Amino acid sequence: MEHTVVSASKFNAWFGDNHVVKDVSIGIEKNQVIAVMGPSGCGKTTFLRCINRMHELIPGATAKGSLKLYDDEVYNMNPIYVRYKIGMVFQRPNPFPNLSIYDNVVAGYKLNGLKMAKADLDNIVEKSLTSAALWKEVKDSLHKKGTFLSGGQQQRLCIARAIAMEPEVILFDEPTSALDPISTSSVEQLFHELKENYTLIIVTHNMQQAARVSDKTAFFYLGELVEFDNTKQMFTAPSDIRTQNYITGRFS
Amino acid sequence: MDARIGIRNTKSMLFKGLIVFLAFLITLPLIVVLLYIIKQGVTQVNWHFLTHVPTPVGEPGGGIANALVGSLLMVGMASVVSIPVGILTGIYLSENPHTKLAYWSGLCVDVLQGVPSIVIGIVVYLWIVKPLGSFSAIAGSCALAIMMLPIVIRSTEQTLRLLPPSLKEAALSLGVPYHRVIIKVIVPCGFAGILSGIMLSVARIIGETAPLLFTALGNSYLSYAVTKPMESLPHVIYTYATSPYDDWHNLAWGASFILLMFVLILNITTKLITRKWNIQL
Ligand SMILES: Nc1ncnc2c1ncn2[C@@H]1O[C@H](COP(=O)(O)OP(=O)(O)OP(=O)(O)O)[C@@H](O)[C@H]1O
Ligand SMILES: [Mg+2]
Repeated sequence: MEHTVVSASKFNAWFGDNHVVKDVSIGIEKNQVIAVMGPSGCGKTTFLRCINRMHELIPGATAKGSLKLYDDEVYNMNPIYVRYKIGMVFQRPNPFPNLSIYDNVVAGYKLNGLKMAKADLDNIVEKSLTSAALWKEVKDSLHKKGTFLSGGQQQRLCIARAIAMEPEVILFDEPTSALDPISTSSVEQLFHELKENYTLIIVTHNMQQAARVSDKTAFFYLGELVEFDNTKQMFTAPSDIRTQNYITGRFS
Repeated sequence: MDARIGIRNTKSMLFKGLIVFLAFLITLPLIVVLLYIIKQGVTQVNWHFLTHVPTPVGEPGGGIANALVGSLLMVGMASVVSIPVGILTGIYLSENPHTKLAYWSGLCVDVLQGVPSIVIGIVVYLWIVKPLGSFSAIAGSCALAIMMLPIVIRSTEQTLRLLPPSLKEAALSLGVPYHRVIIKVIVPCGFAGILSGIMLSVARIIGETAPLLFTALGNSYLSYAVTKPMESLPHVIYTYATSPYDDWHNLAWGASFILLMFVLILNITTKLITRKWNIQL
């Protein structure tokens, strides 16, 4: 299908002998926001980290099955190329403490040693920070260290850093769980704008957040993808009893 | 109730007072030693002292130019080897803490750090001085390098281990290859710690006498030949302080003062570096 960006079929992941992602099959369409939910330890983070091949960096971690970016098997591609194409934002804001705000945004280019004209870099910085709704706040202090910003600003800086690479997909692992409500809502606001150009996959524990920002929700339980449906459908009439129990708070 | 709180407060006060008093008591002799060295040494030091070699007994003047040059040269040569090797080993240890190699090299580093410096001197004597047939600055540098290495390795390792893993993940998730992550992110973020480890290791070896006794020996003339014996600050102090002549004692005091200043400056610089360049994580 033309607009399926990421698709998995019978995808599995392990930590040593611990089978944490089990036979997951999913198709994620372009320019959608996907929420990934499920109880703690059900393999959400692990699945997310498989998509940009960060999973394999952990000693003993393995994966098997098909996982595609458009028509290409992610696990046959060069992981470095995969990570250019699939950006990631982490739970805790992690700007590079040794770099300025400016350099943080173009870190993907600078750290990779890609030589670019100053004007092009300036352009990327302004565009990315604007997309991350941070430009107005930092445009006069671009050469200060990124760690001087507040937590919410730092997280938006990390989003700008991911956007700067112009990826196809951006993965978010509980991007607002370390933020205060105001920063959270500014980041949530962003998701609506980002989906114009990107496909977003967001792990979240916050059901209201999932309801607010996502088009579709994937519910994981003990490593399996139990249900994947339109968010509205899922929250009003889940088809699986485990999803229903989770949503109504019958288990954590 | 009030009375009991009163007693508790008094106890706290007494305890605090005791700690301050003990800290003072411990610092006092150190300060006295420092002041004494400064008092004895500072009057010896002038431009002539720094730029001339020692004179024979009875002749006035003379200085420690040969020892100054020798110390800087030998410490410099030791650093050129120990710093890169130490940093690389430290990176390896912090990046791969659970491998067999890391376990054994970590153990060796710890043992090496505990080996008395005189033993290192003897080993270098047997391995380098004897085969070459002469005491030499090279042998001295080797002994110093061996002393310096474990300090650089451990400080690099410990600095890098404190960096949060999220830093590396951030870089890797941008498609940065591993070697560039280390060179462009990990090492720069730990730079202040690595540098202060280097400074402290230099401060540590610049005053080492024992490993030089069997290796570089000493030389009353100014020499730049690395295959010949060479003078050093601690060695000049050792020989001149144990001589029976007052002139020579004074020269030893002057050299002690210079050495003290080196160590002091290195330590203060280290403190400034960690304060100024420390990266806020
Ligand atoms: N680095 C690791 N090494 C070994 N096992 C791990 C590692 N990280 C996670 N696991 C295991 O994999 C399983 C899934 O973990 P994962 O982090 O994917 O869960 P999660 O759904 O993201 O949970 P949470 O909501 O708490 O973030 C857990 O049982 C955990 O014990
Ligand atoms: Mg998680």
